[in-house]
Amino acid sequence: MNVDLMGALPGAFRKLDPRELLATPVMLVVEIGAAATTVMAVLDPSTMAVGVAIWLWLTVLFGNLAESVAEGRGKAQAASLRALQQETTARRLPRGGAESDGGYDVVSSTSLRVGDVVLVEAGERIPGDGDVIEGVASVDESAVTGESAPVIRESGGDRSAVTGGTVVLSDRIVVRITSDPGQSFVDRMIALVEGSERQRTPNEIALNVLLGSLTAIFVVVVVSLYFVADYSDAHQPVVVLTALLVCLIPTTIGALLSAIGIAGMDRLVRRNVLAMSGRAVEAAGDVDVLLLDKTGTITYGNRQASALLPLDGVTDAELAEAALLSSLADETPEGRSIVTLVGGFETGAERLPQPPEAVLVQFSATTRMSGIDLPGREIRKGAASAVTAWVGGSNAQLDALVEQVSSTGGTPLVVAEKQRLLGVIHLKDVVKEGMRERFDEMRAMGIRTVMITGDNAVTARAIAEEAGVDDFLAEATPEDKLALIRKEQEGGRMVAMCGDGTNDAPALAQADVGVAMNTGTTAAKEAGNMVDLDSDPTKLIEVVEIGKQLLITRGALTTFSVANDVAKYFAILPAMFVVAFPQLDVLNVMRLSSPESAILSAVVFNALVIVALIPLSLRGVRYTPSSAADLLRRNLLIYGVGGLIAPFVGIKLLDLVISLIPGV
Amino acid sequence: MSSVVPALGQIAVLVAALVLAVPFLGRYLAHVYTSPRHLAVERASYRALRLDPNADQHWKAYALSVLGFSLVGILGLYAFGRLQDLLPLSLGFAGLPADGAWNTAVSFVTNTNWQWYSGEAATGHLFQMSGLTVQNFVSAGVGMAVAAALARGLARNLRDGRVGNFWADLVRTVVRVLLPIALVAAVVLVLLGVVQNLLEPQTVHTLTGGTQDITGGPVASQEAIKELGTNGGGFYNANSAHPFENPTPFTNIFEIFLLLLLPFAMAWAFGLIVGDRRQGGAVLAVMALLLGVSIALLTWAEMAGPGTAPGLAGGAMEGKEVRFGTAGSALFGAATTGTSTGAVNAMHDSFTAPGGGVAMFNMMLGEVAPGGVGSGLYGMLMLAVVTVFLAGLMVGRTPEYLGKKIGQREIVLVALYVLTTPLLVLAGIAVAITASQGLVGLQESGPHGLSEALYAVTSASNNNGSAFGGLTSGTPFWNTLLGLCMLLGRFVPIVLVLALAGRFSAQRRLPPGAGTLPTHRPLFVALLSGVALVVVGLTYVPVLVLGPIVESLS
Repeated sequence: MNVDLMGALPGAFRKLDPRELLATPVMLVVEIGAAATTVMAVLDPSTMAVGVAIWLWLTVLFGNLAESVAEGRGKAQAASLRALQQETTARRLPRGGAESDGGYDVVSSTSLRVGDVVLVEAGERIPGDGDVIEGVASVDESAVTGESAPVIRESGGDRSAVTGGTVVLSDRIVVRITSDPGQSFVDRMIALVEGSERQRTPNEIALNVLLGSLTAIFVVVVVSLYFVADYSDAHQPVVVLTALLVCLIPTTIGALLSAIGIAGMDRLVRRNVLAMSGRAVEAAGDVDVLLLDKTGTITYGNRQASALLPLDGVTDAELAEAALLSSLADETPEGRSIVTLVGGFETGAERLPQPPEAVLVQFSATTRMSGIDLPGREIRKGAASAVTAWVGGSNAQLDALVEQVSSTGGTPLVVAEKQRLLGVIHLKDVVKEGMRERFDEMRAMGIRTVMITGDNAVTARAIAEEAGVDDFLAEATPEDKLALIRKEQEGGRMVAMCGDGTNDAPALAQADVGVAMNTGTTAAKEAGNMVDLDSDPTKLIEVVEIGKQLLITRGALTTFSVANDVAKYFAILPAMFVVAFPQLDVLNVMRLSSPESAILSAVVFNALVIVALIPLSLRGVRYTPSSAADLLRRNLLIYGVGGLIAPFVGIKLLDLVISLIPGV
Repeated sequence: MSSVVPALGQIAVLVAALVLAVPFLGRYLAHVYTSPRHLAVERASYRALRLDPNADQHWKAYALSVLGFSLVGILGLYAFGRLQDLLPLSLGFAGLPADGAWNTAVSFVTNTNWQWYSGEAATGHLFQMSGLTVQNFVSAGVGMAVAAALARGLARNLRDGRVGNFWADLVRTVVRVLLPIALVAAVVLVLLGVVQNLLEPQTVHTLTGGTQDITGGPVASQEAIKELGTNGGGFYNANSAHPFENPTPFTNIFEIFLLLLLPFAMAWAFGLIVGDRRQGGAVLAVMALLLGVSIALLTWAEMAGPGTAPGLAGGAMEGKEVRFGTAGSALFGAATTGTSTGAVNAMHDSFTAPGGGVAMFNMMLGEVAPGGVGSGLYGMLMLAVVTVFLAGLMVGRTPEYLGKKIGQREIVLVALYVLTTPLLVLAGIAVAITASQGLVGLQESGPHGLSEALYAVTSASNNNGSAFGGLTSGTPFWNTLLGLCMLLGRFVPIVLVLALAGRFSAQRRLPPGAGTLPTHRPLFVALLSGVALVVVGLTYVPVLVLGPIVESLS
């Protein structure tokens, strides 16, 4: 734990201001109690009164400390982000004017407004968030993402968004600014990691209401006890009643509640995910359906050649040679994987032919083939329909092979030479390792996974089965995606998805949790409620887990806090009334040494347990994906039963120490 | 111990009868609250009262109907009590004093049936039959209607806060459920020896040469609904300890059966209304578990009563009827405090200290195990929502119960509900033992005196109505204080329950999944019982320590 306790101390003291505590009624009551006991301790000093007063102040302080520590963890990150915000100059192009006009004025980056167009060259800092509208450049975004490798940003397409403060390493780009000063992406990041913009989330508010009402009940209990004790000729001093009150109200969770929330956001930030609101993090825990893009999330994204399937009368070597030659012009990962695969065959090609004797035929969207023309030879490979059309007809065996490859989730590439069909290359979508286990975990958690792909239904089904997802949406258009999300939501389910393209924006906005890739377009980033700086679609799964962990931590500490009360009754009630009613000594099951020591031990335990649980509240309760029933059983055992037992042990141990103090 | 066998035997008979009757009656109740059809007699009453029984009321309209109906009930009963000397069959009794009439009116309209007066010495037959007994029916009906509205709210999907029709719920409860069962029960009671007449008191000569007035009356008819509707207001001051109300061990067990029947059946009906029988089963299991434990504890406390005299008598016999014995009295005591009935067949003041503590703790749990008719179910469901909130967080989701999310607004309503009764009890006891007018009512001083006062405010605030005895409560101070406890303890929770029903009804009902917390498994049953004991029960521990616990330990 790199918890900076000392650094957080000043903040903890600042938060003693009662106005800071208005939002947490539990701690406000403790502070009022601390003030009251201090007055009593001054008016009528005794070891116990002074002790109780000191430890009540410490209780408040420990709660503040937890919050300060949680906030402190974001501060360092915010400082490095602030460095990005230093004012730079920008070359602003006239509105509507093209770069070629040559004219620009040099202005401060802080004077840029939405819609301004600026020119940025190699070595310069990009003055604000925007979209590249002209040119392509490599950009160093390490200050934002922590990733040292430069990334390519280019106009058009899905990689056009740039972040203010990042540095252009090569080339020049023209950027249209999309945010006003103070509202940039980095500004929002700083606010988020510092917690300054933290708004309490719906669930946190609801829990606070419950804690407030428990506190109110115990205030009534203690006030009424004052009168009942008087009736019973067992008058209780204010110090003792206050000690009882503070021990009974749920101080543990009350003190740690906001730290848990801040730490939850921080855990996301550490995984390079920025949530635009805490609400989104909580929603992540509630997700029922996860929409995952096949490419890059479930599969490695690049299809790879896995087998050569020659037709009758064609040797393996013949097909391999043709496949190799036809792939020379193919710089795509698929093309390279064919070269790699064929490397294992004896192709007979002594020397790879090079231009000018060879004419490379590039793949185009219209021909849907690539290949090579050698003197006297024409070799093509491509989609079955395109190649058979080029050849002028198919045959039954080829159709069967094509069907066979498709039905297993592969992509068939047909190879032909000069009107003669040779065979089929089996391109396979490789499912990432460990995905099936991941999806099994998701299922155990009650989350349904749906794979989204542009593939046809046959291919999609095969990959879905291999990866172990629950469902798939084949030949998906952005509209299909949106419709699917709406349908799930109408059934009352919460949907999470990730996306990067502008055409993903409506679906990202519609989803309950929309994670936009940082490499994506500004539109996508605006539409989602989280941004993944690593642009890793698999991260969605971690986001869900963090959301759940946040809620579990709150629930576990609340249960612990409430369960603690049983032991505290056994410590304090006999201590309060044993003088008036000696028979109550049998309730002193912990055999605490004296009434004063018992009360003080309970108060000290109550305060120390907050400190002891700060690391847990920051780290979050351990979470392993499993069904709700299993999670409940496990957490109930640890935090419910543990919460019943722990204070018996803790208070007894403290009593052994405290009873050594003279006058107690 | 020879007395153990009959003790266990009567419990076995009771359990068997309930196991047979509850699912059957539960199914019938579910039908009553969901059927679109009206009976001819019901249609006639709607026409007479110019009501539209098909209007699907928003929760606010429903709540206003409940409050309006009850207000009219209180005013009517108040006037009736004040003016009873001007009406027939008054047996010559004077009108009730103002504070007494207020207390009695509130008491019977709130289904509490706290009685500051002695029935045979203050109220005439007409007031008992047409005033009190009528309220015995309709106040039970109100409780069941509110519970039905909450169940309906949970069962509905996006219905804009509409929870059903109060008038239809009330009329159906009375016409289809309470009247037929009470009629059969009254006949059975008459057959078993309970009196039923409209005679003037008969004067008889006693063996010692004195004279005694023996008051008969329409006892069996009132007795049946008194138990069935968990009302508890006895015809006689001695309540079910009186031989005319509860003459034999057989009537005793039959009356216990009657008072447990509807609270358990409502839990079963709840499962059917929300479309998942297991949910009703889980709620019923929690009720049965808590009641079972309190029966066991109370029976043990009374049968193993400390001291020489109880040792010779085979149990703590002080304040108990010989014909019921310790076991029959303890069983009745646990059942009448576990339900919000408040009828007694023994003097709870004379229970052993731990036994009296158990009776008090039963009420303090908020009358949920199994509680009053309707009120027991909605009280338990409120606790279920608290439980789901705590436990739901521990499984990593926004908590939901039966597919309804427990968000900020829902938890505000539940938190206020949980706060209301402890506030009334604890504020009430603080006032009662501080004010001199409160203290004069106590028969004993010290811990037992505290128990007497605590029992009274607990009984009133939780709408139980049983009395510890020992407390002289018929004074303006106690009548006013307990009247306020009863009134607020009944209607503040009802409004909160209906508001929650409205919130639930407006929500979408989410389908359950593997990630949702199952609320029908044994683990949840244990957890809900634990929450009832820790969240509600712990509130009262300090004051219990100074009352029954100190006493038990001396």
